[in-house]
Amino acid sequence: MARLKLKEHLINRDWCKGCGICVHFCPKHVLELDSQEKVVAIRPEDCICCKLCELRCPDLAIEVITEQSDQDAIGTVKDAISTSEESINTSEQGD
Amino acid sequence: MAIKDYIRQRYFPQMWCPGCGHGIILNSLLRAVDELGLDKNEIVMTSGIGCSARISGYVDFHSLHTLHGRALAFATGVKLSKPELKLLVPMGDGDALAIGGNHFIHAARRNIDITAIVMNNRIYGMTGGQYSPLSGPGKKATTAPYNTIDNQFDVVKLSVAAGATFVARSTAYHVLESIDILKKAIRHKGFSVVEILSQCPTHYGRKNKEGDAAQMLEFQKNTTAKIGSKALENDPALIPRGIFVDIDAPEYCEEYDKIVARAMKQSQNSNLDQTLINIANQTCEK
Amino acid sequence: MTDNIKTNSPTDNNGIKTDNIRFVQGNEACVEGALYAGVDFFAGYPITPSTEIAEILSRKLPEKGGKFIQMEDEIASMCAIIGASLTGHKVMTATSGPGFSLKQEALGYACMAEIPCVIVNVQRGGPSTGNPTHVSQGDVNQARWGTHGDHAIIALTASNHQDVFEVTVDAFNLAETHRTPVILLFDEVVGHMREKLVIPEKGELPIVDRLRTSVKKGVDYHPYLPREDGRLPMSDFGGEHRYNVTGLFHDMWGFPSNNPQVVRELLHHLVDKIENNVHTITRYKEHFLEGAEYVLISYGSSARSAIHMAKNRRERGEKVGVLELQSIWPFPEAMVREKCANAKAVIVVEMNMGQVMKEVKACVDNPSKVFLANRIDNKLITPTNIKTLLRMIQGRGV
Repeated sequence: MARLKLKEHLINRDWCKGCGICVHFCPKHVLELDSQEKVVAIRPEDCICCKLCELRCPDLAIEVITEQSDQDAIGTVKDAISTSEESINTSEQGD
Repeated sequence: MAIKDYIRQRYFPQMWCPGCGHGIILNSLLRAVDELGLDKNEIVMTSGIGCSARISGYVDFHSLHTLHGRALAFATGVKLSKPELKLLVPMGDGDALAIGGNHFIHAARRNIDITAIVMNNRIYGMTGGQYSPLSGPGKKATTAPYNTIDNQFDVVKLSVAAGATFVARSTAYHVLESIDILKKAIRHKGFSVVEILSQCPTHYGRKNKEGDAAQMLEFQKNTTAKIGSKALENDPALIPRGIFVDIDAPEYCEEYDKIVARAMKQSQNSNLDQTLINIANQTCEK
Repeated sequence: MTDNIKTNSPTDNNGIKTDNIRFVQGNEACVEGALYAGVDFFAGYPITPSTEIAEILSRKLPEKGGKFIQMEDEIASMCAIIGASLTGHKVMTATSGPGFSLKQEALGYACMAEIPCVIVNVQRGGPSTGNPTHVSQGDVNQARWGTHGDHAIIALTASNHQDVFEVTVDAFNLAETHRTPVILLFDEVVGHMREKLVIPEKGELPIVDRLRTSVKKGVDYHPYLPREDGRLPMSDFGGEHRYNVTGLFHDMWGFPSNNPQVVRELLHHLVDKIENNVHTITRYKEHFLEGAEYVLISYGSSARSAIHMAKNRRERGEKVGVLELQSIWPFPEAMVREKCANAKAVIVVEMNMGQVMKEVKACVDNPSKVFLANRIDNKLITPTNIKTLLRMIQGRGV
């Protein structure tokens, strides 16, 4: 499984409502809310491109752009998510 | 993001509160549609009234925003009159199961090829936080200041009993599972019910001290478990998630098409008989 | 249920094809009119005295490739036909009083979203369960104001089966022309009695087809932007244009709006498109009206008795005539005022407590000369009933 390489976090500040979901669930604590309650990628170098922020955003306001194409990324994303989920879940409560 | 192609961007940002689970469900649904490769022109999204119903205005499909509880009745008319269309019907818990309860069970009974998505946030959000048939007992709501005493439906059991041939449950937290289930539900030929537990941080969350949006999503993770998992075995009080029913059964529109074929054939035969009688009569008169 | 005249002759004495002659109930005459107009989708629920319409269409629609569904209730029926209209079909539902009450919310939706559809109400005794197998004309005002909010509506009616057929065709034409629901207000007597009906040849009566947009694929289509002539071209669900339909006030794209200007302009449009066209929508018939001193205004099965009575009086030299309304809403105020201008008295003949009488009183020059000859025991008003009331109005006692 090839590791995805982050190109950038594309954040639509008009659409972001600062709900904090992406911040809370980022397994690598890449994201934070700034002084205007909008999400910013504070530690982009730590991003593993799991795309959980993009999948869980209610406002479609954040997009994780990777170096690879989307098609290549699908299987890799699913692998990345199960890896990150396992690392933060306790065994009783996991998927 | 490929899914941006499926939304009416000029109406964004959408009107839901920050952290509303319905937004996450919209996200998941669009990904399911994208992965299925469906043509936007073949999709009709029908919704009722409420926060969940507003989803239909944001999608770039044929969208029909109807009356409280009646989305499935409108959808039945659309589907039966043009069966080649794909019907997606997102509804709130009150919309689908309170005022819409009758239409829900009959659509299931008919096994008409429609995908019903119950976006269950256990509250009437749009009107300010009244309790719904899915709130359950002991909850606070604006019309239950002394806590609710009403029991709640089990959407899965209700759907199965009514005759739905694809029944599943997931949560807004479990995005990958939701996307997968929604794909299967849409692909399924027959009445599909997908209940997705959603969060209303503004009304339900605050009043019942379930925290902010992220905490409510954690709650969805912690109080549910996959069907057949060890976690569910160890704690049966957890809400089961996954696909409960996925069976093949005669679909309503296809069965009705058979009736049309039969009726047209019978009609042609009887017209032919009448013509022959007329010719015979005229011959006799001569 | 359909009894063709049994004869070996292909035409009758008037040269009409016997194949086209029927002896049917009024409900069946309505069905034949709907089929002639091109109905191909019906959703309904059984309710006396309209059930035959559903039963006959359940047989005849699939014969022609059309679709019929018995829904779980009258609300669902109304909703289903709106859905089917949006995929490009000519649609109809049929009911009576209690079912008509249930349909009101969805009927209002069809008004707001401008969806062509036809709703038949075969009136029976009311209010509430009333008298399912007996007649009244009690739903006249409900047809006008049953659904909430300011709105306009078209309601047609007829007193004999040939006219039932024709106004049914009219109803579909008006629904398509004005993108509106149209109500057919029949009653139990006309609905259930049997009478001769001649089905016109194809092409004899004009049919208005759905006006569809000519906007090309990829070009922005506005479902709620009227053309210069006021008409709103439609686009079928499943077609090239994707748009939103809602019962909320909306902009020209169909997207919800509470902008005061948008709201005001839309409401004006919804009402004006009907009210401003009252002259082309109005349908009526005159019987012995020339020089009438006493003008009877009537409609539906009441009119049959009124006409019989007027004919009777004319034979005795009394100048009594009948203005038979075939459109009740929008109420033809100007026409009624004109026809009543020279009458000594205007007597409204109906089987309710004066629902049309109030409209007539409001539009004639001299309201004090308007009287009500009614019957409300759910029995058909008879010519004798009307004669008795006329004599009293004339000051001649019974």
